[in-house]
Amino acid sequence: MRFYLLLAVMAVVTYLVRMVPFVAFRKKISSAFVSSFLYYVPYAVLGAMTVPAVFYSTGSALSAAVGFGCCLVPAFMGKSLITVALTASTAALAAEGIMALIK
Amino acid sequence: MVNNGNKEFVSGIKDSIPIALGYLSVSFGFGIMAVSSGLTLFRAVLISMTCLTSAGQVAGLTVITSGGTLPEMAIAQLIINLRYSLMSISLSQKLDGSFGLKDRLICSFGITDEVFAVASGRSREVTKQYLYGLIIMPYTAWALGTLLGAAAGEILPDMLKAALGIAIYGMFTAIFVPAARKAVGVLAVVLLAAGLSCVIRYVPLFKGVSSGFSIIICTVAAALFGALVFPVKKEEGSGQ
Repeated sequence: MRFYLLLAVMAVVTYLVRMVPFVAFRKKISSAFVSSFLYYVPYAVLGAMTVPAVFYSTGSALSAAVGFGCCLVPAFMGKSLITVALTASTAALAAEGIMALIK
Repeated sequence: MVNNGNKEFVSGIKDSIPIALGYLSVSFGFGIMAVSSGLTLFRAVLISMTCLTSAGQVAGLTVITSGGTLPEMAIAQLIINLRYSLMSISLSQKLDGSFGLKDRLICSFGITDEVFAVASGRSREVTKQYLYGLIIMPYTAWALGTLLGAAAGEILPDMLKAALGIAIYGMFTAIFVPAARKAVGVLAVVLLAAGLSCVIRYVPLFKGVSSGFSIIICTVAAALFGALVFPVKKEEGSGQ
């Protein structure tokens, strides 16, 4: 039950945030400060959600660090989302495998 | 007229194919993440079908699994998804006359970063057939990817699942790294947000701060810092 309440809040808020301006607003936001703030929000969210959570996303902090470190290279080169993601997974998997062998 | 409408719809579908492929893989990561953190496959898919927001859903999942409260969920979603308001406002100026209230109510559900970017990058006005065409496949792919990811998460061996669990962070990285490379403001904002997130996580003083609120605090602080120190010129300020 708690799940469905949380989901309802999540879905309704997400929808309203999109719907209300789409239906009601006709003017552009003129404040440079507000539009700058909104411009940076997605990047701030991603930064906060990725670090440090990424280091807990695999079996060990070590393999996660390897995966994260390796995926920074294709990300820096501007490769597609899927390429970067698979690099992270493959590198983490390889690190897990090597660690299992060493043990 | 009907023909023209069809053409617009098909044109929307075509433009949406790269978006749909991208969503398939991102939501696959979300599906795995959701079942790994204890959700059923049904619930994971339900989240994707009702919300359609990657960052918002990962944050929502965090709130759900960490025993967060309803206000925490509401504030987190409001802040994280606030950018959609800006996109909605911007996109609403580009619509042609065919949009009724019903179309606006339906289409607004499907406004995402990528849909917004493609629709607003279009040289002509946006017709309702085009926008419906643009939204339908990414929406379907988002739900389908979650289903596949959740199913994979239930059957894959732990080691492989663990390796795939990092995939969604890889995707996040693929979004913020190239942007940070181009704009020093984005770099500063990402580093600040990540740093604050670590501080809240590891400094004992902030032990009581839940993970949902941590995302809210880090986001607001880092984005405010960015807006104050590195204000963006009008053209770049449209999200994406």
